[in-house]
Amino acid sequence: MSTVTTPTPAESGGLAPDPAVVARKGSGAKKLPIIFGVISALLAIVLLRSGHTGDTTFQLSAETDFVTLPDIVVPSMLTAWLMVLVCVALTAESVRRMLAHTPQPIWIPIAFALAWMTGFLSWAAADERIRVVSLFAGAVALAIPLIFGALGGVLGERAGVVNIAIDGQLLFGAFAAAIAASTTGSPWAGLVAAAVAGALVALVLGLFAITYLVDQVIVGVVLNVLVIGLTNFLFRQVLTPNAQTLNAPEGFNRLPIPILGEIPLVGPIFFRQTALVYVLYAVVALVAFGLYRTRWGLRVRAVGEHPKAADTVGIKVNLTRYRTILLAGAIAGMGGAYYTLVSVNQFNRELTSGAGYIALAAVIFGKWDPIRATLAALLFGFATNLGGVLSAIGSPVPTQFMLMLPYLVTIFAVAGLVGRSRPPAAVGIPYQQQ
Amino acid sequence: MSDTDKPQPDDKPDAATEAPRTPEVDATEDASAAADPDARSRSLLREIASGDALAGVLAVFLAVFVGSVMIAATNEGVRETATYITARPSDFFNALWEAISGAYSAMFRGAIFNYNLTEPAQQWRPLTETLKFAGPLIAGGLGVGIAFRAGMFNIGGRGQMLMAGGAAGWVGFELDLPTIIHLPLAILVGMVVGALWGGIAGLLKARTGAHEVIVTIMLNYVAYYLLFYALSRQFLLQAPGSANPKSLPMKETAILPKVLGDQFNLHLGFVLALVAVAFAWWLLSRSTLGYRIRAVGENPHAARASGINVGKTYTIVMLIAGSLLGLAGVNQVLGTVTSGVSLDLDASIGFDAITVALLGRSRPFGILAAGLLFGALKAGGFTMQTSENISVDLVLVVQSLIVLFLAAPPLVRAIFRLPAQEAK
Amino acid sequence: MRLVLRGITKRFGSVVANESISLTVEPGEIHCLLGENGAGKSTLMNVLYGLYKADEGEIELDGEVQHFTGPGDAMAAGIGMVHQHFMLIPVFTVAENVMLGNESTGFAGTLDLDASRERVTEISERFGFHVDPDALVEDLPVGVQQRVEIIKALSRDAELLVFDEPTAVLTPQETDELMEIMRQLKEAGKAIVFITHKLREVRAVADRITVIRLGKVVGEADPKASNVELASMMVGRPVELVVHKDAPTLGADALVVKDLRVVDLAGHKQVDGLSFTIRAGEVLAVAGVQGNGQTELTEALLGLQDDVSGSIVLDGIELVGRSTRKILDSGVGFIPEDRQVDGLVPQFTIAENLMLNRSFKSPFVKSGNLRIGALREFAEVKLKEYDVRARDIDSLAGNLSGGNQQKVVVARELSRDLRLLVAAQPTRGVDVGSIEFIHKQIVATRDSGIPVLVVSTELDEVVALADRIMVLYRGQVVGIVPADTPRETLGLMMTGERPKDLKDVVA
Repeated sequence: MSTVTTPTPAESGGLAPDPAVVARKGSGAKKLPIIFGVISALLAIVLLRSGHTGDTTFQLSAETDFVTLPDIVVPSMLTAWLMVLVCVALTAESVRRMLAHTPQPIWIPIAFALAWMTGFLSWAAADERIRVVSLFAGAVALAIPLIFGALGGVLGERAGVVNIAIDGQLLFGAFAAAIAASTTGSPWAGLVAAAVAGALVALVLGLFAITYLVDQVIVGVVLNVLVIGLTNFLFRQVLTPNAQTLNAPEGFNRLPIPILGEIPLVGPIFFRQTALVYVLYAVVALVAFGLYRTRWGLRVRAVGEHPKAADTVGIKVNLTRYRTILLAGAIAGMGGAYYTLVSVNQFNRELTSGAGYIALAAVIFGKWDPIRATLAALLFGFATNLGGVLSAIGSPVPTQFMLMLPYLVTIFAVAGLVGRSRPPAAVGIPYQQQ
Repeated sequence: MSDTDKPQPDDKPDAATEAPRTPEVDATEDASAAADPDARSRSLLREIASGDALAGVLAVFLAVFVGSVMIAATNEGVRETATYITARPSDFFNALWEAISGAYSAMFRGAIFNYNLTEPAQQWRPLTETLKFAGPLIAGGLGVGIAFRAGMFNIGGRGQMLMAGGAAGWVGFELDLPTIIHLPLAILVGMVVGALWGGIAGLLKARTGAHEVIVTIMLNYVAYYLLFYALSRQFLLQAPGSANPKSLPMKETAILPKVLGDQFNLHLGFVLALVAVAFAWWLLSRSTLGYRIRAVGENPHAARASGINVGKTYTIVMLIAGSLLGLAGVNQVLGTVTSGVSLDLDASIGFDAITVALLGRSRPFGILAAGLLFGALKAGGFTMQTSENISVDLVLVVQSLIVLFLAAPPLVRAIFRLPAQEAK
Repeated sequence: MRLVLRGITKRFGSVVANESISLTVEPGEIHCLLGENGAGKSTLMNVLYGLYKADEGEIELDGEVQHFTGPGDAMAAGIGMVHQHFMLIPVFTVAENVMLGNESTGFAGTLDLDASRERVTEISERFGFHVDPDALVEDLPVGVQQRVEIIKALSRDAELLVFDEPTAVLTPQETDELMEIMRQLKEAGKAIVFITHKLREVRAVADRITVIRLGKVVGEADPKASNVELASMMVGRPVELVVHKDAPTLGADALVVKDLRVVDLAGHKQVDGLSFTIRAGEVLAVAGVQGNGQTELTEALLGLQDDVSGSIVLDGIELVGRSTRKILDSGVGFIPEDRQVDGLVPQFTIAENLMLNRSFKSPFVKSGNLRIGALREFAEVKLKEYDVRARDIDSLAGNLSGGNQQKVVVARELSRDLRLLVAAQPTRGVDVGSIEFIHKQIVATRDSGIPVLVVSTELDEVVALADRIMVLYRGQVVGIVPADTPRETLGLMMTGERPKDLKDVVA
C-alpha cells in the first residue's frame, strides 16, 4: 500500500477553493450592505460605550510646506456621530441598490471607508492632533516592501507558480543590498544586488517547482526557512565581525521632486519620498501595463490559466514561467532593499519579520491584479502605520489589533466574506511537456 | 464557488480517452495515458513518498556537504591558509579538516555523547537533550503530517502552538490545584485551544472552500498578535508589575516532571510525544476515521461519492492536527521553558514541524525518526555554536536543504550522475 | 496541402501507442480516422501536431519532411488542430484567444487587439460563424467555443485541419452544423483529418476512412460500407451489440421520481421537472447527448447535488434531503460516470477500494477500528468472482486497466444489499471483454428484482440494456418509450423533438 506524503497537485497546488467541498454562497452584492451595516454598528457601539469630550485636530500640512493648509479642528464626538450617520446613509444606499438589483459602484465603498475612518479617527484622537500627511506618508513608506513583494507574487501566480517564498526574496534582497551598498558605497548598486538576490531565490523556486515538479507551496515554505537560516548564519559569521565594511550600507536619501512635491497634501505624501519609491511607481505602472496590454503579458496570463492551450499555440510554457518568476523574484528582491537602504540602514536577523506573508495576503486580497494588490498593500501599510500613530497618542485601540488587520481581512477574503477571489486557474500546477 | 466547480476543459481527464493508468497489468489499452501530465506529476509525488532509500541518504549527504562548505568558507583559518594554498597546501587542508571536523564533533558531543567528560551520566546528557528537543518536533510533525494525509497543508503550526502555549500557560501560572489535576488540565486546555485554532482552518475550508494554506499562514499572525495583546495586558497574561510581554513562571504543580531525575532536562513531554506517535499510527493505519482521512486526502471526489463527509473530515483532521501542535506548544511552556509564556515560545517549531513531516513522509514512525534527527541537529547546533563559534542557524540551512533535496530525487540523481529510475 | 505520414511509431515506456502507422491525406478531402477509444488516434495526431515526438517514422507535408519540435512548428507549417478538450483560455476574449501565440504588436510589444478583432470578424463572416470577438470564451456555448478553435486555426492560415473527436460534446444540431462547416472547409481546398469513433458521422462526411485498432492501421474502408462492417473493423471481431436477456419480471413501483429539479452552482437549471418511475426488476435506460442533465440526475439520486427540489421516493422512503451516506445505506448502488474521479481512490489498494462506501459500519468496521482480516477475505472472493485481473488484492487501483477498475467498482456496488442500482456510463473507456461482463452483471441485477437506472450516451448500450428508454433533452423528459423504438426515432428525440405519433409507455 502506498500513500502520498504530500497533497496531490491537483488538489493542493492551486490556492483555489477546493471544489470537492465548496459550498454555495450568496452573491457578492448582498454582502456589501451587510458588511457596511456591521462596521457602522461597530463604530456606533464604540462611541456609545466610551465617549470622549474635546476636539480633534487634523493637521494637513507641515510648517515647512510651500503652501500650508490650515489645521482643521472639529468637535470629536459630534464629528464621529456625524460620520456614523454618513455611514448609515451609505449603507442604506447600498441596500437600495441591492434591492433594485443595480450594481454597487466603486465610490460607495470608498466613500464609506473615508467617512468611517474620519469618524473613527476623530473619536480615537480626541484632544489630540492627527498629522494627516505623516499618517499617509508613513503608510506609503511602510507599504513599499509590501507592494514590491505583492507585485512579485502577482506576476509569479499569474504565470502559474505559487510564490510563498516572497518573504525569502525580500530577506535575501535586503541582505544582498546591505552588502553591495556597503562595499560599493552606492545605494543603486545595492538595489541591483537586491534584485539579483530575489531572482536567485526565484531561480531555486523554479528549479524545484517547474523542473522537478515539487509541490510549490512546500518549496516556498522551505525556501523561506532556508533563506532565514542562510542569512542568519552569514550575519553572525561574516557580517557581524565585519560590520564596518559589510553592514554599513549607504542608504537612499529623501529626494523631493521639485514641483510635484509642493502640491498640498499629495506632494508630501507621494513625492517627498526616496528614489526607491519612485522606482516603485514605475514598476507598478510597467507591471500593470505589461500584464494586460502587451504580448508578454498575454502569454504570461495564458500560461497561468491554461498552460496546455498555450503550449498548443507554440508558447514555451516552462520557459515563460521561468522568465516570469525570475522577473517576479527580482521585483520582490528590490522590496527587500527598502529595509537595508531606507528604513533600517543595516541588516539584521529576520528583519523582514514576515512582511512577505502580508505581501502574499495583498496578492490574494488584490485578486491577483497588480493595481488592486498595490492598493491592498497600501491599505495594509496604512493599518500598520495607524496602529503606530494611535499607540503613540495613547489611543484606546490596542496596536496589536491594527497590526492583525491585514491577516484578518485576508482570511475574510479567501473565505468569500469580502468579495470573491478567483486565482489563475493553473496556479500551483506544474506543467510537463512530452 | 460556481466557476471553479464547472467542469473545466482539462480538469477531468476524459475517462474514455485519456485515462491515466500505468501499464502494469493491462498494457493493451490507451497508451496516451502515460502522457497525461497530471498523472506524471502525481507519480512523481508518489516517488517522493515511496522514494528510494539511496536518494534519501544522498539528500542528507548533499545537505551536510553544503553545510560543510559553509563552515569552511566562513572559517578564519581556512580563509587565511587559502591565500597561500599553492605554497603550502597542507596548511589549507589541515585548517579545512580542523574547521569541519571540529564542527561535526562538537555537534556529536552536543547531541549524543560527550567523550570529553568522564562521568557517564554527564557523558550521555547530550542524548537526553536531543530527546528533549525532539519531543515537540515529533508532536508538531505529526500535526502537520496527519493534515498532509488528508490532503491539507497545515502551515499554521506556529499559531496553533502560540494559542495552545498561551492557554496552557495561563492555567499553569494562574490556577492553584494539586499536580494530579493541574498538570493534566493545563495539557488538556492547551491541546483543546490548539485544536480549536487549527479547526478554524478546517471549518473554513469545509464551509467556504477557503484554502487552508492561506488561512493557516494568516492565522499564525493573528495568533501572534492576540498573544502579544494578552501579554501586554495584566488582566490577561502579563506578569504583574512588568512592562515586558512575558507572563509569570509556571507553578510547580503544572510543570511536566523530569523523567530521568533532576540532573537531566528531559521531561514528560517526550513521553507524551511517543504516545502521540502510537496514537497517530493507530489512527492512520487501524481506525476507520483514518481510513476516511486517507480517502479524502487521495481523492476527495470519490470519498464524497462514497458517503464520506469531506468537509467534516477536513474539520476533524485540522482539529486533530491543531491538538498535536498544541501538545508541542504545551511541551514548550510546561516543560522546556517554564519561566513563563512569551512570544517566542514556539521557538520556530511550528515551521520545523513541516520539515519533520516532509522528511518523515507523513508516516508516524517516519516522523518519529525525523524528529529525533532534527532534535539531534538542534541540540548539537547549540554546542557547535558555543564551542566552535559556528552559528546554530547552520542547522536550519541543513534541515531545509535535506527537505528540498529529498523532495526532488531526480535532482539528487542528476547531481550524482545516477541513472534515472526506470518505470518498474 | 498533402500530408503523408510514414511509419510513425510512438511508445510510452513499454506501451506501443502507435505502431508504424502510415497515412496520406490529400487537399480537399475529409479523411476519417476511425477507431475505438484508446486505439491510438489522439496520440497519432499529437505526434503530427508536434506535442509528442515520434520514436520512428516521418511526417511529410507537400513532399517535404518535417521535424517538429513543438506545436509552434506544426502551426507554422500549416497544420491546425481542433482539440477534443478545447485549447481555449476561458477568461480571455475570443480575440485574445485567437491572437495568442501569433500576436500582432505595436510599440514595445503592445497588443494590437483591433487587428485580431478584424481577423476574427473576417473569418467568422466568410464561414458564417457568428462569433463576437469581444465575448469571453467562458460565456459562450460549447458549439461556439469550437468555432473559436476553428477560427484560431484558420487565422494562422492552416491548410490541414485536424478535428479530434469534435462531436463528443455537441448536440445533434451542433454536430450537423459542424459537418456543414467541414464540408465548406473542404470546398475551400483544406485537407481535413476527422478523428471519431461514431459511425454515423463518418458515413456522413468522409471521403476516405482509415481504421485504427490497438495502435495499428487495420485498413482503409469505403465510406459506403455498412455500420456492421465498419464496427467489426474497429473492434476486430463482429461486435455483439445485443445483450441476451429474458423478458423482465416486473414487480411493484420501486423508485418514484416526481418533478425533480436540480440547479447547479452557476444557477442553471440542469434537471427541469423530471418525473418517472422504475419498477422492481426493470431497467430504465436514459438516453441523450452528453450534458443534458444526466450527470445531475444521477448525482441528485445519490444526494451529491446541493440544490434539489421535487421528490425521489425509493420503496416508500424519501431520498431528497438525505445525505449521500444515508442514501447509500438505504440500498442505492452507484456506478459513477467517471470512475477515476468519483469511483475509486487510485492510490488505495483493491481491498481498500472495496470498502470505500462502507467505512462506517460492519462488516469491515468494529467500534471505530478496521477489520482488516474480514476485508481481505472479502476482497479475495470478489477478485475471483468479478474476474478482476490484478496481481493480488494489494495492487493499487490506479495501476489497473480501465476495465478492471470498473469491475472493482461494480463488485463493490453489487456486493451490498441493493434496492436500486444507478449505473452511469457503466462501460465508458472499458475493453470489449469487460463490457460484456459488466452488461451481464447489470442484467443479472435486474433479474434479481432490483430496479436499475442506466445512463449512457452510447445509444447502442441504451438499446441493449433497456426495458424502457427515457430520452432527456435540456434536463427535461422528451419521452419514455419502449426499448424497441426505432433508432431514428430515438435520435430525433435526442434533439428535443417529439414525434407526433409517439406514445409514452406507462409502466
